[in-house]
Amino acid sequence: MTKLEDLEKKINSELTTKIKKTEIKHNQIYIEIDKEDLIDVTLFIKTNKDTKFRQLIDITVVDYPEQSQRFKVVYLFLSHEFNQRLILTYFINENELISSLTSIFPAANWMEREVFDMYGVNFKDHPDLRRILTDYGFEGHPLRKDFPLTGHSEVRYSEEQKKVINEPVKLEQNYRNFDYESPWEGTKYIKEQTETNDKKN
Amino acid sequence: MTKKIKNLNLNFGPQHPAAHGVLRLILELDGEVVEKADPHIGLLHRGTEKLIENKTYMQAVPYFDRLDYVAPMNQEHAFALAIEKILNIDVPIRAQLIRVMFCEIGRILSHILNVTTQALDVGALTPSLWGFEERETLMTFYERASGSRLHANYFRAGGVHQDLPAGLENDIGNFCETFPKIINDLENLLTDNRIFKQRNVDIGIVTKEDALDYSFSGVMIRGSGVPWDLRKSQPYDCYEQLEFKIPVGKNGDCYDRYLCRIEEMKESVSIIKQCLAKMEKGPIKTFDGKISPPPKKEIKQSMEALIHHFKLFTEGYRVPKDEIYTAVEAPKGEFGVYLISDGSSKPYKCKIRAPGFSHLQSMDYLIKGHMLADVPAVLGSLDIVFGEVDR
Repeated sequence: MTKLEDLEKKINSELTTKIKKTEIKHNQIYIEIDKEDLIDVTLFIKTNKDTKFRQLIDITVVDYPEQSQRFKVVYLFLSHEFNQRLILTYFINENELISSLTSIFPAANWMEREVFDMYGVNFKDHPDLRRILTDYGFEGHPLRKDFPLTGHSEVRYSEEQKKVINEPVKLEQNYRNFDYESPWEGTKYIKEQTETNDKKN
Repeated sequence: MTKKIKNLNLNFGPQHPAAHGVLRLILELDGEVVEKADPHIGLLHRGTEKLIENKTYMQAVPYFDRLDYVAPMNQEHAFALAIEKILNIDVPIRAQLIRVMFCEIGRILSHILNVTTQALDVGALTPSLWGFEERETLMTFYERASGSRLHANYFRAGGVHQDLPAGLENDIGNFCETFPKIINDLENLLTDNRIFKQRNVDIGIVTKEDALDYSFSGVMIRGSGVPWDLRKSQPYDCYEQLEFKIPVGKNGDCYDRYLCRIEEMKESVSIIKQCLAKMEKGPIKTFDGKISPPPKKEIKQSMEALIHHFKLFTEGYRVPKDEIYTAVEAPKGEFGVYLISDGSSKPYKCKIRAPGFSHLQSMDYLIKGHMLADVPAVLGSLDIVFGEVDR
């Protein structure tokens, strides 16, 4: 097994301009690239004889609503030959189109569908971009941070209409999110109060 | 005179006993030959990942039981390992052995279910009756250790929730003596059975290359002749100290995958025996009061223990900002957790990588050109459980 440090050097020297940042931690290598270089970098790490990341483990997105580039797209790769794991990431804006990996890894098909379903990220050249996990006719993208935990609509069987209907969520008791973070410093509203008091003084 | 015959579209499921849960498989049939398969999943989608983001690390554990509900503890293991790696804590050896032992029990649970229901799908009833009796015994072991037969909620970051009750080690040891005979009985029924072979040999063949491209793992990739097992290649907990073999298939068809599962059950029994032999009295979770709750007795006597207890069950423990992917060899393949922590007591993001998801995705590739009757056989050998596919 080649060392991760060697791999890091190799990738940095071969793909110089395409790599923004590399890091090794937890026995895995983390690489940040630009959105445009995805296909080139993936092809390289898949086919090069010293990397051979032949398996795409998963694709996912992390939502950071407060950042200017909202979504971090994450690709997890595994190399059986060298027993290494690689995590490839890049940042995109909310309505950006990104390239699909389906032509390189057929397994990317459903993973990208899931990303599309859960985060509303759009892929170009994807052969069949439909929702996958949510219900037929579902609206919104549930894993975005601004999507409420309770959702927007609930289903029930209506005896009058003799069919299953969608209705806005009505809860007998609202979801309560207790703020336990720090009883010593005080909960959020106390913190805000003290801060405004401090400013006044 | 020739007549043009239109292809038939057929809904296989969502209510079909051979669909192993709620799978809606839309098949395009030319006569009896399958031209195209389009699985519709998500009928069991519960939003596990969203819920985990809103719960503390300790509260998130039970959600992992509900993913692959035939081998609950294997999933908890992945989550516990992820947190342990970020927090950088050591797990006492007894806890490691208990965890590995219960993971192997989970593997047997899952493989019995799969082998026998696969037989059921192709027409053999008896194996499932015999196999389920053994599953019942194993689930009582689960119950005695954790308090519940299925949704164990037993693994914690830093160890396990509580020690094994008196006598359980003995009973598991006895089970290891009697169970190999049951495997032999199952094999007598199936391995050389003419009908079982006709239904499974050369059905759903996966080549090595395709197994890699389609992100297969576990038995699905080993059945095709790739000797890859995370317990050996990237060992976690005490797997390094244990001796076991990795059964590998040759042809990559449904029959080879069945044989792999049978062999893996035998290896699991041997692993459980080794764990029992190595097990000595000792702590079962880390002593760090900031992570694992103090014993009841201490709460009554020590103020510090009381504070720890209160903080752990209200705020939960905090996990420093980090990003990690950890995977374990679950019975169905590589089960992974991609965890992003932000320094608070709740995960910022927790992506669950379920092996069944990528296996089911290849349904179209596997079944194209096969007969309709082969669909249950292939589906059975994929080992699909919808809890984890739909999440």
